[in-house]
Amino acid sequence: MTAINLNESSVRELNEKLQSGSSGDQFSVNNTVGKHALSVGLTSEVNVVINGHVGYYCAGMNQQANIVINGNAGPGLAENMMSGEVRVTGNASQYAAATAHGGLLVIEGDASSRCGISMKGVNIVVGGNIGHMSAFMAQSGCLVVCGDAGDALGDSVYEAKIYVRGEVKSLGTDCIEKEMRDEHKKELKELLTQSNMSYKVEDFRRYGSARKLYNFDIDQVDEY
Amino acid sequence: MSKDNPTLIESATFPRHVIAEIQRAAKTGIYDIRGFGAKRDIPTFDDLVFLGASTSRYPLEGYREKCTTEVVLGNRFAKNPIHLKTPVTIAGMSFGSLSAQAKESLGRGATLAGTSTTTGDGGMTPEERGHSKTLIYQYLPSRYGMNPDDLRRADAIEIVLGQGAKPGGGGMLLGQKISPRVAQMRNLPEGIDQRSACRHPDWTGPDDLEIKIQELREITNWEKPIYVKVGATRVFYDVTLAVKAGADVVVVDGMQGGTAATQDVFIEHVGIPTLPAVRMAVEALQEMDMHRKVQLIVSGGIRSGADVAKALALGADAVSIGTAALIALGDQSPEFDDEYKAIGSAAGFWDDYQAGNDPAGITTQDPELAKRLDPILGGRRLANYINVLTLELQTLARACGKSHVHNLEPEDMVALTMEAAAMAGVPLAGTSWIPGKNGM
Amino acid sequence: MCGIVGLFIKNPALESQLGALVAPMLSEMTERGPDSAGMAVYRDPNDKGCKVTVLSQKLDFDWASFEKSVNSNFFLKKFTVTQNHAVLSLDNSLNEVEEWLALNWSDLSVTSAGTNIEIFKGKGNPADFIEQFDIKNMTGTHALGHTRMATESAITTEHSHPFSTGQDLCLVHNGSLSNHNRLRETLKRAGVQFKTDNDSEVAAGYLSWRLSEGDDLDEALNHAIEDLDGFYTFAIGTKDGFAVMRDPIGCKPAIMAETDDWAAMSSEYRAIATLPGAENARIWEPEPTQIYSWKRS
Repeated sequence: MTAINLNESSVRELNEKLQSGSSGDQFSVNNTVGKHALSVGLTSEVNVVINGHVGYYCAGMNQQANIVINGNAGPGLAENMMSGEVRVTGNASQYAAATAHGGLLVIEGDASSRCGISMKGVNIVVGGNIGHMSAFMAQSGCLVVCGDAGDALGDSVYEAKIYVRGEVKSLGTDCIEKEMRDEHKKELKELLTQSNMSYKVEDFRRYGSARKLYNFDIDQVDEY
Repeated sequence: MSKDNPTLIESATFPRHVIAEIQRAAKTGIYDIRGFGAKRDIPTFDDLVFLGASTSRYPLEGYREKCTTEVVLGNRFAKNPIHLKTPVTIAGMSFGSLSAQAKESLGRGATLAGTSTTTGDGGMTPEERGHSKTLIYQYLPSRYGMNPDDLRRADAIEIVLGQGAKPGGGGMLLGQKISPRVAQMRNLPEGIDQRSACRHPDWTGPDDLEIKIQELREITNWEKPIYVKVGATRVFYDVTLAVKAGADVVVVDGMQGGTAATQDVFIEHVGIPTLPAVRMAVEALQEMDMHRKVQLIVSGGIRSGADVAKALALGADAVSIGTAALIALGDQSPEFDDEYKAIGSAAGFWDDYQAGNDPAGITTQDPELAKRLDPILGGRRLANYINVLTLELQTLARACGKSHVHNLEPEDMVALTMEAAAMAGVPLAGTSWIPGKNGM
Repeated sequence: MCGIVGLFIKNPALESQLGALVAPMLSEMTERGPDSAGMAVYRDPNDKGCKVTVLSQKLDFDWASFEKSVNSNFFLKKFTVTQNHAVLSLDNSLNEVEEWLALNWSDLSVTSAGTNIEIFKGKGNPADFIEQFDIKNMTGTHALGHTRMATESAITTEHSHPFSTGQDLCLVHNGSLSNHNRLRETLKRAGVQFKTDNDSEVAAGYLSWRLSEGDDLDEALNHAIEDLDGFYTFAIGTKDGFAVMRDPIGCKPAIMAETDDWAAMSSEYRAIATLPGAENARIWEPEPTQIYSWKRS
C-alpha cells in the first residue's frame, strides 16, 4: 500500500504515480482538502482510497481503476468514465458521471443536479436523492435512485434507463414512466447487488424516453 | 426589374427568396436548416489592401530571399507544442457531417502540406488519426465519442465553446446522416435527429473552465497544447477569459464560418464578421501582454492567400479553413451541376449539407455518393490548394519586405471602405482616418 | 466569473478570529478570481449614529485634511485610514453625512454605509489585498468576500464586489446576468444610482430598490428570481447575518457548511476546508431559488 499525502506531494505527482500503477496496486490518498482533478485518467486496475473531501472532476475519465472516496465529491465526479468502479461514501455535487461511457459509479449519499447528464453507457447507483435536470439528454446506461429525484428528471432522454424508488418531483420533456418487465427487474437487481444497496426491486419504478422527439414532428412543437 | 416583363420591380424587403422561405415555413412548420456559412454581403478582408513596396520599403526577391512560413502553436504550457510548415490549418469538421472519405482526404492533404487537421463533433476516426500527421482533437458540449485514449493520441486538444456560424448553438446532425457507423460512434439510435447540446455538460463559465483545463492536462501529462475556440461575439472579453482560464491557443471563428447544419437564422444573424473579430482578439492579447505568447488562430471565410496575409497582418498567428477546404476537395464542382439541379440547387449555390445527398460525396453518409470522393486524389487537391495559399501569402509578405510572415503588421494595410476601416482598425486609403479611433 | 466566500460566526468567542478565518478562504478562491478582491466586514457597531467607508482613487489623497473637514461638520467618533479607504464612525444621521459627502467630496466613493458594515475593495491579486488590508487581524461578527475574474466590464476598484445595496447591506455575485442593461435603465429611472457598467452592481441596485419599495429581504430575493435573467449565486450580507440564493438553472457552484461555531458558504469546498472543524461540519449544496439565511438573535 502506497500512501500519498497531498500536504507533501503535488496533484501532478499524485496523478503520475496513480497513472503508472499496475493492476492490483493499492494507494491511499490523504489531506485532500477539496483539491481538484485527483486520481484522473487512470488506466489500470489499481485500487485507490481517497480519505477526505475532493473538489471538481475526481476520477475523471477513469479506466479500470477502483476508486473509493471517503468524503464528499465536488462537481463532475467520474466525468466521462470509461470503465472501472468509483464509490463515494458522502455526497456528490453536480454533473456526477457526466458523459460517462461505462463502469459503475456508486454515490452512497445524495447527488446534486444534473446527475448522469449526457451519460453514454455508465451505470450510476445513488443511495440518497438526486437533484434537478438529472439524466438530461442521457443516451444509454442506467441511473438508479434509491431516494427521491428532483425536477425535470430525464429531460430529452434517449435510451438510458432510469429507476427511482422514492418520489419524482417532475419529469422532463419526453420522459415518461414505463413498465417494469422481467428484464428490467433483473438488470436492477444486479445493479443493487453490485453497489451493495439492500433495497427491494419491487419498490422501484422505471422511467425512459417516450421517443416523440426522435424526428421532428410539427405537433410536438410545444416541447421545444 | 424583370427581363421578361420590364415593368416588374422586386422588393428589397421581400425578394423572391424571402417569399419562398415564408411559403416553406407556412407549409412545413419547421425552421429552415442548412449548411455553409453566412451568405450575405458583409465587410470582409476584400476591403483591405496592402501597401506593398515603395521608395522607402524594399521588397524581398522570390526564391533566393527567404520568407519563412513556419509556425509554432501552443508553447505556453504544453510539453509538446505544434510545429507547422504553414500557418494555414484545417478547421474542425465532424465525421458524421462529412463522409469517412472526406475526413481521410483532409488528413492526407494536411499531412502533405505540413499542417494540422481537426476532428469534429463525432469523435476521432482511425482513418483520420492514421492519415493526419498532426491532429487536433475537439472537446465539445456533446462529448460524442470522447475518451481518454483518443485524448492521448491527439496532438492538441481544442475545447469548443462555440463556432462562428452559430455562437450559442450546438452540433446538429439529422436522422438521414445518422448511419450505423455514425450512430455507433456517437452512441445514438440510428436514423434519429441528434439533439444539440449548446453548453458543456460539466462546467459553466471561465472560472470552471480553468479547472476543466487543469483536469485535461492532468489526464494527458501536460503534454498537449490546449486550444479554446469561440464563435465571434464579445471577442475582446472571450479572448481575455480564455487566456485567464489557461488556454495555450485561442481560436476565433467569424460569422462567415461554415457549419454542416443549423438554422438559417442562426447563421445569418448571430455573430460578428471575421474582420473585426481578428482585431479585437489581438487587442485583448496585447492588453494582457500575451500576443505571440498565447497564439491566435482565426477562421471564417478564409479563401485566398490574400485573406491569410491580411489575417496575419492584423496579428493572427495562423488561420483555419473549413468551407474552402471542402471546395478544394470538390464541393460545388461544376461537373455535378446537373445533379445539384436535380435536387433543387446548382453548383456554386449548394448549401443543403444537412440533407446528406451531396453529389460530390463530401457531406454525406450515403455509401454510393461517398464512394465518388477518392481520398488520395482529394488529399492531393487539398495539398495543392494549401500550397497555393502559402505561396500567395509569401508573395504578398515579400512585397511588403517581410522575411517572416509574422512580421506583417496592420500598418502594411489600408481600407477601401469606412466600415472596413473601423472594423479592422486601419486607416481609410488616402487618409489617416480610422473611424472610431482617433477620437472621432 | 468569480469566487465568493461568506463566514458567519455563531460562537462569540471566535469573533476575534473572524479575519484569521476568512483570509485563507478568500485566498483559496484566487484562481477563480485573479483580477481583484473585496471584502465586507461587520464589526464595531455604531448604533447611535452611522458608519461610512469611503474610497479614494488617488493614491496621494490628503486624508488629514479630509478628517479635519469631517470633524468640523460632524461628531466624528472614529476615523481609520487603510490603504486608499477610510472608515468613519459618526454620531449623526446617515442621510446628512451622505448628502454632505456627495456635495463636498464627490471624488470619494462611498463603498458602504450603515452602522456595522465596512467594505474594502482592491484591484489586483487577492493575496496583495489580504496583505494590504491586514484582513488576517480583522475582528467582527460576519464577513463576505469576493475574488473577481472580470467578464464583460473593466477591472477597476469600483467594479470590485461587494456592492453596497443599502444600509448595512451588500452583495457578492458569481455568475453572469443577461438582462442587466435594460434593467439598469429601469432602475435609474426609479432613482437608483450606478457607478459602473457591471452586471453585479445592477443586481445590488435591484435588491436595494425592492427593499426601498417595502420588501423584506426574502421578498426582494423572490422578486429577483422573476426579474433577473442569467446565472447567479448570490451571497447577501445584512446587519445581523447573511443569506445565500442560487438562480433557477443552478449551474454556478455553491457549497454551504455549518458547525456549532460558524456557518459558511463558498464557490468551492476547498475554501471551506480551511475552517477549523470543517471535516465534521454539516455540508450541503443550496437548492436553486431557495433562500438560506443566518441571523444573530
